[in-house]
Amino acid sequence: MSRLLPLIGFMLLVGLFGFGIWWNTQHDQNEVPSPLINKPAPAFVLPRLDDPTQTVSKASLLGKPYLLNVFASWCFACGEEHPTLMAEGSQLGVMLLGYDYKDAPDDAKNWLREHGNPYRMVVADRPGRTAIDFGVYGAPESFLIDAKGVIRYKHIGPITPEVITKELKPAVAALRKESP
Amino acid sequence: MTPELGQLALILALLLALAQGILPLIGAWRGNRALMATARPAAAGQAVFVAIAFGILVWAFLHFDFSVRYVADNSNLELPWYYRIAAVWGAHEGSLLLWILILNAWTVALAAFSQKLPEVFAARVLAVMGLVAVGFLAFIVFTSDPFGRLLPMPGDGADLNPVLQDPGMTFHPPVLYMGYVGFSVAFAFSIAGLLGGEMEQAWVRWARPWTNAAWGFLTAGIVAGSWWAYAELGWGGWWFWDPVENASFMPWLVGLALIHAQAVTEKRGSLRAWTILLSIFAFSLSLLGTFLVRSGVLTSVHAFASDPRRGIFILAFLTVVVGGSLLLYALRAPKVAGGKPFNVVSRETVLLIGNLLFAVASAMVLLGTLFPLIGDALNLGKISVGPPYFGFLFPLLMLPVVLLMPFGPFLRWGKGEAAPLKGLLLRIIVAAVACAIVAAFFVDGQLKATVGVAAAVWIAAGTVLFAYKRWREAPRGRRYPAELAGMLLAHLGMAVFVMGVLLSETLSVTSDVRMAPGQTQRIGGYDFRFDGAHRTTGPNWTADQGIIVVTRDGNKVGTMLPQKRTYLRGQVQTESAIDAGFSRDLYVALGEPMDAGNIQGAWSLRLYYKPFIRWIWGGGLLMMVGGFTAAADKRFRIKRSVDEAARTDGLLAQETRA
Repeated sequence: MSRLLPLIGFMLLVGLFGFGIWWNTQHDQNEVPSPLINKPAPAFVLPRLDDPTQTVSKASLLGKPYLLNVFASWCFACGEEHPTLMAEGSQLGVMLLGYDYKDAPDDAKNWLREHGNPYRMVVADRPGRTAIDFGVYGAPESFLIDAKGVIRYKHIGPITPEVITKELKPAVAALRKESP
Repeated sequence: MTPELGQLALILALLLALAQGILPLIGAWRGNRALMATARPAAAGQAVFVAIAFGILVWAFLHFDFSVRYVADNSNLELPWYYRIAAVWGAHEGSLLLWILILNAWTVALAAFSQKLPEVFAARVLAVMGLVAVGFLAFIVFTSDPFGRLLPMPGDGADLNPVLQDPGMTFHPPVLYMGYVGFSVAFAFSIAGLLGGEMEQAWVRWARPWTNAAWGFLTAGIVAGSWWAYAELGWGGWWFWDPVENASFMPWLVGLALIHAQAVTEKRGSLRAWTILLSIFAFSLSLLGTFLVRSGVLTSVHAFASDPRRGIFILAFLTVVVGGSLLLYALRAPKVAGGKPFNVVSRETVLLIGNLLFAVASAMVLLGTLFPLIGDALNLGKISVGPPYFGFLFPLLMLPVVLLMPFGPFLRWGKGEAAPLKGLLLRIIVAAVACAIVAAFFVDGQLKATVGVAAAVWIAAGTVLFAYKRWREAPRGRRYPAELAGMLLAHLGMAVFVMGVLLSETLSVTSDVRMAPGQTQRIGGYDFRFDGAHRTTGPNWTADQGIIVVTRDGNKVGTMLPQKRTYLRGQVQTESAIDAGFSRDLYVALGEPMDAGNIQGAWSLRLYYKPFIRWIWGGGLLMMVGGFTAAADKRFRIKRSVDEAARTDGLLAQETRA
């Protein structure tokens, strides 16, 4: 019996691999599942980076879809993503909302001044508490939120031209189809 | 026309492989010497046809034949000739062709060196190699044709993945495959042994040099891959527990166990079933590595094209080969624990403990690698375990190995004595503790680094003391036979490796900085002055190149030129600048200009100071040399004595009757 054990263990592995192949044909490998997708975005009230006396809330943004882009001046990968946002941000068809994550306001302002500001508006989350509600675990991350305040798409890591054409634009197009 | 000849050559090779895999087996079964004799010519013919196919693909690359899809996808007019050759194995189809070419090289070598093996046994061994070749050739011919045409023919091709345009990457796949494929020899010996229903000690001796050489190649391949990841990915790390790295590491661990198990079986006759099982596992894990990389069943930083049809083919192949072997093992493995008995205190015990730990470590790596898949299967969501899991469990499993390593060589086979070990234990404890105390001053008392020095000295002291013992006790000229010298080198390599890992892990300094031209940053006692960046060009890329002048206490150490390259097809690739040294590496990766477009201005840079990191690869290379040295031992050469020949003939007669 004990001599059969290696064979039995191996057959279990084969079952697992067969399942893996089947699973990959059913699912997009680059999909990063987030429990928040198709759920309402967490409510937030955050100060604006350029004018901390004014706040932006989830409620005030309802009615128009927007792409919430988590960035920080200290984040290496955000620098990689930035030129793409500068070049293509205006052609996305949705408002680009910057979300400055755990950052000193002056650093962030300088960073945007040096690199250019692709955002319509920037909110600052210095303590990073609201980001916990969003399930952010690093910058950059991007959330596509529809007119009703529901998260429809999430991307972890830098946005590249490829991500825009393959994922973001189709997601935006899907939003348009629902509410022209 | 020529690429079609390549296709034809592959089909002919497949037919010859079928002949090589089937006819000698029938011959061995029926006692038909004519059929058995087909193995060698079939293997040679197959090798010739595969070499022709490979040559045609190389030729297509060198002559820019973009009508071949594979060439158009992986090269272009500006790619230098040496990378056009490397591009042959730069993607799926070509790397499989390389796999089969190397398998053929091993088979031909085996056919040449097995002339003195018993006829039946050699026929079976070569047939098993032939069956493995059938699987891979069928895979190429039916799912991964490298000679597929592209019409209309494009004027220029795409580009070889720029990540692969590096000297390290040119050598990494062939050497790694030499290791993977090399385990097929030990595998074939074991299967032939099981088929024959006997496990002669002599057969294990003949298999040993092949296993040692394969393991040496695998070590070299892993070292090259690790070095490449370090130099090319710009992350400054040398091992990431990435699924594809694990895929090469698992056969390495099992191969390590196999080397030691074979030594026990060959010298003492014990652990036979275990040696067979390990031979099957080592090669199965090599196949599994190919499966994991090529099927896309797991995603990793290694972006290979994946195709479910290929995945299903490899899975079916894997099921037949591994499942069949394990079934054979279940039916035919030696029933009685053979060999000479051994005590608790004996070399066998120590080797067995090491063996079990390597096997468990390999299973642990397998579990961790497959965890995302298990998570999907059990609907737990996407989980992957990553470095915290491996980083905790692996050192834990290797700790007993490190502790036992010095004692193995000192113990006798069968019945060791504990008393002489006390003196040894005392000496290595004194050496390890003394060095650790000295080291603690240099590393500011950091525990992990101090432990690293102690562990390295522990292993090295044991190894050196054993070498000294041999020097004193063995007669001149027979002090260090190749097998023993190889063991000493490999064990010393382990000491060097452990030192490198623990010191570089603890003492490395990393800094992400924004630097304007003229600014200076101090890391690990070195001053990095950024002298601005400029545009430069290479054969098929343009790059922004930073100039960093490094000084220490005012003395110039060197000028470092990190680049951010843009290849012709728009792919961007970081080229880190590395100032290598015996006791430390300085490493600079260029980030982004702070002011988009203005490359004369300030840049973000990543600076590393990495002490002793080179020792990691140095240790690996010593282990490799150890493996090759041991493989060269004269004792392993096959000498066909009269009584062996007689026994073979008897065996043949016996088989014929049955």
